[in-house]
Amino acid sequence: MYPRSLPYLLLLPSTLFLCVFFLYPFGLVAWQAFVTDTGQFTSEFFVEMKSHWKFGTALTNTLMLALAVVPFQICLALYMATLVNGMKRGRDLILYIWTIPLGISDLAAGIIWLAVFEQTGFLNSMLQGIGVIDQPMSLLSYQNTGTIFLAILLAEVWRATAIVLVILVAGMGLIPKEYYEAAEVFGAGRWKRFTRITLPLLKPSLQTAMILRVILAFEVFAVVVALGGTNLPVLMGEIYTWQFDLQDANVAAAYALVILVISIACTLLIMWGLRTPKGARV
Amino acid sequence: MAEIKIKNVAKQYGNVHALHSIDMTIDDQEFMVLLGASGCGKTTLLRIVAGLETATTGEVWIGDKRVDQLPPKDRGIAMVFQNYAVFPHLTVFENIAFGLRMARVDQAEVDRRVERTATLMHIEGLLKRYSGQLSGGQRQRVAVARALATEPEVLLMDEPLSNLDALLRMEMRAELKTVLAESKTTTIYVTHDQVEAMSMADRIAIMNGGKIVQASSAVEVYRNPAAHFVGSFIGNPPMNFLNASNSGDGLWTVGGIKVKGPDSSKQTIQFAIRPEDIVVHGQPGNGSSSSENSLTAAVRIVEPLGSHLLASCKVDEQLFRVILDSDAQIKPGDTLHWLPQADRVRWFDPETELAIS
Amino acid sequence: MSTAHRFGSFPVQLAGSWHRYLFTGAVILLCLWVLVPIYLLLVNTLSSAEAVAAYPKKPFPEIDTESLQFFMNYAGVGQALWNSIKVATVTMILSIAAGAPAGYALSRFDFRGKDTFRILVLMTRAFPLPLLALPLAVLYIRIGLDDSVLGLAFVHTTLALPFAVLITFSLFSGIPIELEEAAWTLGCNRFQAFYKVIFPLVLPGIAASAIFAFVISWNEVFAAAVLTIENRTLPAFLLQGLSDSPMHLKFAGGAVLVLPALLFIFLVRKYLFSMWGIANR
Repeated sequence: MYPRSLPYLLLLPSTLFLCVFFLYPFGLVAWQAFVTDTGQFTSEFFVEMKSHWKFGTALTNTLMLALAVVPFQICLALYMATLVNGMKRGRDLILYIWTIPLGISDLAAGIIWLAVFEQTGFLNSMLQGIGVIDQPMSLLSYQNTGTIFLAILLAEVWRATAIVLVILVAGMGLIPKEYYEAAEVFGAGRWKRFTRITLPLLKPSLQTAMILRVILAFEVFAVVVALGGTNLPVLMGEIYTWQFDLQDANVAAAYALVILVISIACTLLIMWGLRTPKGARV
Repeated sequence: MAEIKIKNVAKQYGNVHALHSIDMTIDDQEFMVLLGASGCGKTTLLRIVAGLETATTGEVWIGDKRVDQLPPKDRGIAMVFQNYAVFPHLTVFENIAFGLRMARVDQAEVDRRVERTATLMHIEGLLKRYSGQLSGGQRQRVAVARALATEPEVLLMDEPLSNLDALLRMEMRAELKTVLAESKTTTIYVTHDQVEAMSMADRIAIMNGGKIVQASSAVEVYRNPAAHFVGSFIGNPPMNFLNASNSGDGLWTVGGIKVKGPDSSKQTIQFAIRPEDIVVHGQPGNGSSSSENSLTAAVRIVEPLGSHLLASCKVDEQLFRVILDSDAQIKPGDTLHWLPQADRVRWFDPETELAIS
Repeated sequence: MSTAHRFGSFPVQLAGSWHRYLFTGAVILLCLWVLVPIYLLLVNTLSSAEAVAAYPKKPFPEIDTESLQFFMNYAGVGQALWNSIKVATVTMILSIAAGAPAGYALSRFDFRGKDTFRILVLMTRAFPLPLLALPLAVLYIRIGLDDSVLGLAFVHTTLALPFAVLITFSLFSGIPIELEEAAWTLGCNRFQAFYKVIFPLVLPGIAASAIFAFVISWNEVFAAAVLTIENRTLPAFLLQGLSDSPMHLKFAGGAVLVLPALLFIFLVRKYLFSMWGIANR
């Protein structure tokens, strides 16, 4: 009914695209991290990267941010998805409101929370207004890396929970309500139904959501710059600095590979941890 | 002329043989039903004739044109799908007119043909509606009207009634039969429902495991099954089968008594009789046979089905069903004495599974 | 005895109505959590420059379009906005042009290499894509695409392509193949069947996919900052100016980034869920 080449022809544009603009640059990054301009294999770029004083902080900050944000977001999104699942009227509106942050760039999110946290910002105004403080606190200054971290945390949770929420709501929608009804008939209460029915059947969605969110967490950049400037180094920010301010593409590439490695490691871990056999899915 | 010839058609998916070398000729304007259980290959065969699948080997001829290399649109066919496939974004009118528009038929003719087929299918009042506003039965009629409007030489139907409820199915069966008789198309109709097959077909081709087991008229298939499979598939309830051992001189021992059977050198063959062709001693509506020299059946379950009584019994440790008049007074645990109606007994070879004449 | 209510898709047992208050309270709180920060941004945007720098801030703005006007007239903003629109539009077109055929092929055909392609697309999700901008920066200089709309659009398309493939795949999978087969028996060749039957049915979904690609490009920061110098997009422009531009400029810029996105997400919300629903089976 169709020429055998038809599927391949249809796939050709996107395959070409991904090869040229994904596989090729990917290879280039790996190359640049290990090979000098003269074509020699070396680990000097990694050494240079590691010995720079900001490396350790950037790595720690990135990892800690991810560790603090992702689990919290997963739980929050699970809670929100459960709330939505139990709604009839207003579900559409609430869902739209809760997914608004999906369309908000991480830079814009940073700016939004800047309005809240900066010295003349709304948090200070509110605290002063209710009498907790009588002078504005400088929350985002270089001395207060702790509060900067918290501000970034809040901004990230605000911005990116929607991504996880969408995936989980879609996954929950696939679970037929008959399963819950059967469980209820067999005596399972709300919590039991959640842990024994919802969570296991949600594993594929949780897997996707977690992988996506973790990778995005390692890429955190604009939010940090908006709220912390250069006061809180993160890996992505270091890449930017090495590439443009310090004009050293090789070390930047080395950093890139670090992000890549931790992303892949976490992806594999999550894929293994949340694996479901095909027959056990919805 | 729209005679359909299927020559040596086979279909393989990897290692799975969906169809084994099918040879069949369907006469012009004949209504041929492909009957079988799921997976027997009937839909695959239909789709090969339609051009929606390609046969691994073999040829398909429609009229005097060889079509197996042609796309569906060049074969002169129309098809009705199991799930109707009514286009949701078009009105009923535009759905029925679809094939005509593709053939660039002028507007006046389109109007005429759409009106005519819609009236034929009793949906002339629904022409401005969309498929989402129609019931299943109505959508089914739109699908049939759409196929008929193109005035095809060959009409292919893939289980068109199987998604309707029982009552609607019965009504549609009668309607379809009338409509299609007038339309003078050659029709291939696929179904797993034997009642549909028996009711509508000129000939029934019974399929099993990718092969055609028997292709004959309804009565022929019912009375003279060509293979064990046909006997056990056709009829509700199906045929009863008992072992018969050779007693020499054309006599066979079945259930303890000797019965006249075919001449064969085999040691055992199969004796088959339909539940309604059994004469039970002492029951109303049956000629009384003497209780000696008859077979016995131990009654296990009695089902009063309204028009008759269905007794599931054991004969020779095998399941044996008997149909009795609904006034018969029997209960589980009773013993029935019975004889088969002589001209209705059939014999089958246990190895080849084919009928022995 | 508690009353079992049917609430949406699964039964919720309410031991009295305090449960219900908790439920409603949580929902309202979460809505406020999302909406209030955006509101605060708008407060700043619609205030005069002094109000933005003033302290303490008032929760209700005295509407003053000074910040907005300043932003709009600031050197380079108009150009940056226009660049953003150009890049996002090209991204949108490219990702649909490449992604929709792939989505169709994946949903309709079985062929060798199907799984390899799916893995390739999946891999792009597991990879920090903005990093690709780095080597491409060098490559672009060599082939003359540096600092260009097209060059950045290519990178953004790589970002958006997996989503385009995924959304169109779930779209096409949702349309029964019998509809195409029926069209084939009624006189259509493959292309006509697609155009007359499938296309009208998937059009809303394709539009949603296109808008999603537009939003991805519109919001993207890192690659834009890396690959453009003179022809900056709006996010790149704002990023560059973060440390030294005046506050009210930042906030007005943020608002201009945010508001179109709000509209877009409204338009595509239905398809977001169907995309993930089918992709996770």
